[in-house]
Amino acid sequence: MKFGVLVNEGPFTHQCSDSAYQFTKAALEKGHEIFRVFFYYDGVNNANKLAEPPSDDRNLTANWSALAEEHGVDLVVCVAAALRRGLNDDILAPGFRISGLGQLIEAGIQADRLVTFGD
Amino acid sequence: MSDLPPIPPDDEDEFGVVKKFCYVNRKAPYGTVYALESLEMVLIAAAFDQDVSVVFMDDGVYQIKSEQAPEAAGMKNFSKTYRALEGYDVEKLYVSKESMEERGLTTDDFLVDVEVLDHAALSALMAEQEVVITS
Repeated sequence: MKFGVLVNEGPFTHQCSDSAYQFTKAALEKGHEIFRVFFYYDGVNNANKLAEPPSDDRNLTANWSALAEEHGVDLVVCVAAALRRGLNDDILAPGFRISGLGQLIEAGIQADRLVTFGD
Repeated sequence: MSDLPPIPPDDEDEFGVVKKFCYVNRKAPYGTVYALESLEMVLIAAAFDQDVSVVFMDDGVYQIKSEQAPEAAGMKNFSKTYRALEGYDVEKLYVSKESMEERGLTTDDFLVDVEVLDHAALSALMAEQEVVITS
């Protein structure tokens, strides 16, 4: 199946990003296609490369970047939501790109299922 | 209303497929950003000519309450944008009957025309949709 994934919360405060990451990883391992992961609301903060969690904790931003590197997953950050929260290309982690909300609509159209992760 | 996204000309209608998008708004208009940014998602889906429905339930019914005055709390009043939805051909607006009545509201309290549906009818409406985005 072809999935779109919507991530609506940032790392750490909510488990949203962890769940979305685990879902995406599991879907890929089962042979499904991930059309795109779209980051909205505070979810854009998952793309901040300046995050430095303690070394004994998981690094969600690095995990997402690794997924993009290994599987070519398209990680798209909403530009309007990102600019509101001070996120721009200067601090964007590898594998992410900033684009418009139309990319979310396209994911809804192209994917068989759009799966939302939120609070 | 300068903060609304422009309606794209036809040549930007690049997807060529129309799907049923349903936005389910469950949170109060202020206190969190969910209502404001959900509205931006609604406008974009409409700008790309999708078949958009919007459901207001739980405290989300307050999003379309008339006479909002959040300016005193330093918040931007974006409630008039709901009135602009009609200009984007977003005319399928639904309110949960249970949520409305639990809060002592009637359709006279809303700043847009809505269809009131009970939860069984909303469930049927959501089952018909192809993309449901809740916030």
